[in-house]
Amino acid sequence: MPINKIVASFDEAVADIPDGATIMIGGFGTVASTPTCLLEALARKGVKNITTVSNTTGFGSDVWRLLGYKFSEDMDVLVRNGLVKKAIVAAPVSTVYQNNFEKLLRAGKVEAEMVPQGTLAERIRAGKAGLGGVYVPTGVGTIVEKGKEKKVINGKTYLLELPLTADFALIKAHKGDRWGNLVYRRTSRTFNATMAGAAKVTIAEVDEIVELGQLDPEAIITPGVYVDRVIERPKDVKVDDRPISQEALDSQAKTKARGSA
Amino acid sequence: MSDKFKDKFRLDRQTMALRVAKEFQDGDYVNLGIGIPVLASNYVPAGREVVFHSENGVMGFGEVHTAGEGDPDFVNAGGQAVTIIPGTCFFDHHESFSIVRGGHLDISVMGGLQVSEKGDLANWLVPERQIGTIGGAMDLAVGAKKLIIAMNHVTKDNQPRIVKKCSYELTAVECVKLVVTDIAVIEVTKKGMVLKEFAPSWTPAEVQEVTEPKLIVAPDCKEIEL
Repeated sequence: MPINKIVASFDEAVADIPDGATIMIGGFGTVASTPTCLLEALARKGVKNITTVSNTTGFGSDVWRLLGYKFSEDMDVLVRNGLVKKAIVAAPVSTVYQNNFEKLLRAGKVEAEMVPQGTLAERIRAGKAGLGGVYVPTGVGTIVEKGKEKKVINGKTYLLELPLTADFALIKAHKGDRWGNLVYRRTSRTFNATMAGAAKVTIAEVDEIVELGQLDPEAIITPGVYVDRVIERPKDVKVDDRPISQEALDSQAKTKARGSA
Repeated sequence: MSDKFKDKFRLDRQTMALRVAKEFQDGDYVNLGIGIPVLASNYVPAGREVVFHSENGVMGFGEVHTAGEGDPDFVNAGGQAVTIIPGTCFFDHHESFSIVRGGHLDISVMGGLQVSEKGDLANWLVPERQIGTIGGAMDLAVGAKKLIIAMNHVTKDNQPRIVKKCSYELTAVECVKLVVTDIAVIEVTKKGMVLKEFAPSWTPAEVQEVTEPKLIVAPDCKEIEL
């Protein structure tokens, strides 16, 4: 029987994610690199007590809508709807404004385990690659070394960092085929490609599904073996869509009105 | 610490960035942090080819787009849309931090809160906020061949940021090589902190007054040249 990892709807793609699951969320923190439609579907499903693994905890759709994005949800949609119990994250809070995660963190309603960004990437890779951990120089002499094994290798001090795996990885790619082969677009590759294969089930949200054989074998970034499900974004939105100026203008006008009220 | 210097001349952000950029050598691979550091990309000395890295997965990019333009799939670590240039190369996060941590970057420039005599850096947690963000700072601090910190010389209430021992949570130990402030350029050496340059209208003795550790005044110490 032909392999077919393509699923028909976003709700179907996340249907078997249970309460208490550990979920990797791809992207850097920019909404363009985020599996927005998968996150919306998960929020609709409304599971509880999840642990997330991600670079940031989300700016929130208001911010992105103001910048003119059609798909404007990031991890904040899980945070503000009360799905998240704990975040394993490089940047839990924003330096420029207080996001919903920070509010909940200060109120003691969520937990955060902060991991330096490169260590986060390396722990995920270790999980994906079947390693028992990695010795990293990052964090030596800082708060990060607390409780970790230290080892001197060739005269330099390292910390043992343990692998990260998850039940599900939700990632965003540019194009995918029915085998799950993926290519990304520009800086939207980031943690998406790093996380592919680091979870028991990897689900890829793509701009476009193409026929098997249409992706250049030399250019495929994520081999399909890492990917379990592929789901295409609604067709009415083109990959190259710029932020829609009218929507952005309307949104800006609304914000201004709110500000002066 | 007194505020007797409060009306004295200080370099502005752009001028500090200009001074930082003088450190870029031909062929350097450079990562610039958010804030003053990122401004330095505009001031690469003429005739030098420098390649900029951004931790979200790109090596080699051009200017920042004006607001509302550009490609949402191509941004720098600060989220600003930037341009493709001949030679631009994309990679994932694991690769990006192999570049950072593996010592493949010649220079990393970051902002700072405190730098100690030995070159310890504190730059991720403002104590009053209690919660901070490490992000990529710890990896960049341990990984780059030369770490440059661009920051104001004193805090808003005139406390020195260049201290004997950092009181804030550390980013990394013994990592800073050069500090460019709004009044001085200071090199961190095994012998101690060496004052290389001072801002116009300042004297080495006055810089020392707002710096906690004892500064060694370089034999060729001079006014900052831009």
